Amino acid sequence: MNSIIPYLIVGAIVFVLGIFTIVYKKNAVGILMGVELVLNSVNINFIAFAKFVDTGIHGQIISIFVIILAAAEAAIALAIILNIYRMKATVDVTQLNKMKH
Amino acid sequence: MITLALYIWLLPLLAFTIQIFLGKRLPRKGDWVSVSAIGISFALSLILFIRMLSNYSPDFQVTASVPWINIGQFKIDMGIYIDNFAIVMLMVVTTVSFLVHVYSIGYMAGDPLYNRFFAYLSLFSFSMLGLVLFDNLFGIFVMWELVGICSYLLIGYYFEKDSAANAGKKAFITNRIGDFGFLLGLLVVFTAIGSFNLSDVYQGVAQGKLSGGLLTAAGILLFCGAIGKSAQFPLHVWLPDAMEGPTPVSALIHAATMVAAGVYLVARISFMLSFDAMLVVAYIGGFTALFAATIAITQNDIKRVLAYSTISQLGYMIMAMGVGAYSAGFFHLVTHAMFKAGLFLGSGSVIHAMHHAMEKTNVHEDPNDIRLMGGFKNKMPATYITFLVFTLAISGIPFFSGFLSKDAILGGTLAFAMSQSNPVHYLLPFFGFTAAIITAFYMFRVVIKTFYGEPKRPDLYEHIHESPKVMTVPLMVLASLSIFIFYTLPSFNPISAEQGWYEQLIEKPASAVSAQLGYPVLEISEQIEHSAHVNGMMISILFALTGIALAFLFYFWKKVDVEALTEKIKPLYTLSYHKYFFDELYNATVVKGLLAWNNLLAWFDSNVIDGIVNGSAFIMRHFSSFTGKFDLGFIDGLVNAVGDLTQDVGQSVRKIQTGQVQYYILGALAGLVLIIVTVLI
Repeated sequence: MNSIIPYLIVGAIVFVLGIFTIVYKKNAVGILMGVELVLNSVNINFIAFAKFVDTGIHGQIISIFVIILAAAEAAIALAIILNIYRMKATVDVTQLNKMKH
Repeated sequence: MITLALYIWLLPLLAFTIQIFLGKRLPRKGDWVSVSAIGISFALSLILFIRMLSNYSPDFQVTASVPWINIGQFKIDMGIYIDNFAIVMLMVVTTVSFLVHVYSIGYMAGDPLYNRFFAYLSLFSFSMLGLVLFDNLFGIFVMWELVGICSYLLIGYYFEKDSAANAGKKAFITNRIGDFGFLLGLLVVFTAIGSFNLSDVYQGVAQGKLSGGLLTAAGILLFCGAIGKSAQFPLHVWLPDAMEGPTPVSALIHAATMVAAGVYLVARISFMLSFDAMLVVAYIGGFTALFAATIAITQNDIKRVLAYSTISQLGYMIMAMGVGAYSAGFFHLVTHAMFKAGLFLGSGSVIHAMHHAMEKTNVHEDPNDIRLMGGFKNKMPATYITFLVFTLAISGIPFFSGFLSKDAILGGTLAFAMSQSNPVHYLLPFFGFTAAIITAFYMFRVVIKTFYGEPKRPDLYEHIHESPKVMTVPLMVLASLSIFIFYTLPSFNPISAEQGWYEQLIEKPASAVSAQLGYPVLEISEQIEHSAHVNGMMISILFALTGIALAFLFYFWKKVDVEALTEKIKPLYTLSYHKYFFDELYNATVVKGLLAWNNLLAWFDSNVIDGIVNGSAFIMRHFSSFTGKFDLGFIDGLVNAVGDLTQDVGQSVRKIQTGQVQYYILGALAGLVLIIVTVLI
């Protein structure tokens, strides 16, 4: 396993799946999960580039940051979703179109 | 000295201010305010005068000035300049003014505008004294205009009479013409020298800053002011009409002081007169002297005779200035002020008596007409004797003041003619001597017709009576001032003032022009001067006696039939009687010409100028209606079209905003993909 390509392929697949989930899921919690997928695909890429391109450990450090960020983001997002649910009694994003033209 | 002069100058102004605002409410209508102000001025002048006599220094002078305008390089100082010349003039002005004030108390008694009359007299005294005291031409010009306005106000004093109102206007407008020349002269002087101050101007001319033709022009232009103010030919027409004013005014303003201001001005600027300018001055003066005298012969209004006599005598003074006999000309100004003011006050006394007689007998005729008088010497002894003294003085009879000064002028003129190579200049003494005969003749004509012979109108004669003391005392004072002794002291020589204080103290001002090269300079040798004076004296005594004898022959002994003689020389008589038709000539040319020109201008204004204005308005209106349409149709259309388009586009594009975040993300992704693809390809 001395090539970067397989890592990038895996990262790309996870990223696409994440985006797909974000765009197609109607459930806000599902979209949040999609966001986690995108973040993790980025982590895979960071680690891969850190191993094959960069000689230091910058990639790993940023990955750890991203994981912490993801945790924080998930906590806040879930809180927002809970609030939305309280107000609208739904977490279906198609119903949440207050910003429509 | 300066403080004294300031008091002399400003006291009449104070009196004027009090009189004009409070005069009506003061006891006696406030005449005592004006009289005491000028009285104090007179006393202070007397102090100055005595100081001058005790100093006995011909070059005495004091100046003081304060900055008046000070803007960068542009500086004008206003100041006072006192020399012997100014002190003598102050003395003359305050003496005559004081006596006239006193006389007016009697003459103007009962007049409805009594207080205003005294207010104007005070204003006049202030202006005239300022004119004498100022050290710069600009200040002199200001005061010059002020005496002009006083003259206007006092000529038109009986403004309810049309003739008086018109005479005032005539005097003012005629003076304006001369003053315009004066103003131009001031501008020339200021442009060339940069100062109005007389001593600066002197320096400037001496250094050649103002020279050649421009210097001559400046001299003649400044002299134009004197032509107007001193009623010299051709602007003499206003002075006879000015006699519409009250007689004390005629005595003060139109005989003794204001009209002499022109002579004073010429004397003050004499240092800058070039030889050509002097010739102009001399010929205008000489011609006026003779010309006005010939008119005076045929006039029947006592004041008009005196008015023409004044013009003639002023002509003498101006001629003296022109031939370089400055001190003689100024001397005549002094003596003339005394006897001519006296003559006017004397005639005022006669007119006053006539006026009262006419009121009593209910006759409505001209109280000034000498044809209605005659034999008054028995009824009015004081007026008669003083009038006779003044007449002898003006005729140039030895022992009287007029002889001294007139002889000095005639001698100076003769000396000038003798020193010039061109024999044409003998015209000047000719003018002078002929005018001397005529002067003696017409003055005695008035005396004989008024005071001698049988009363022409016994009905009026009965009611003639002597004027009150307040009027006769000033006459007596003036009469005594017409005696030679006041001018020849400390010597008692009745035929020459050469040893007198006047000739010793008033020196001929040095000419600044002679310092410049290339000018013919007037130089008269002692010898010529002496012989001219001796000859001039002989001739002038002879001529004066001839004139008097002729007058007695014509009007007293009636050896010559005046009527027949008049018929024989009818054309000449008519010319003189109608004042050479100058009023008619000016009416036909200047007045009618101006009216025609004004009509033309009015036509031009109402047709051409208004046409242009109306035409441009018409064009503007049509152009505006076109641009209005363009504005509404095209510009507004364009603006609306932009608005509509924006609205339409917005309407269709707003659909994109679904509110679904997922669509936005999709959009962003699509954009990202597009960018990546673009970059990669």
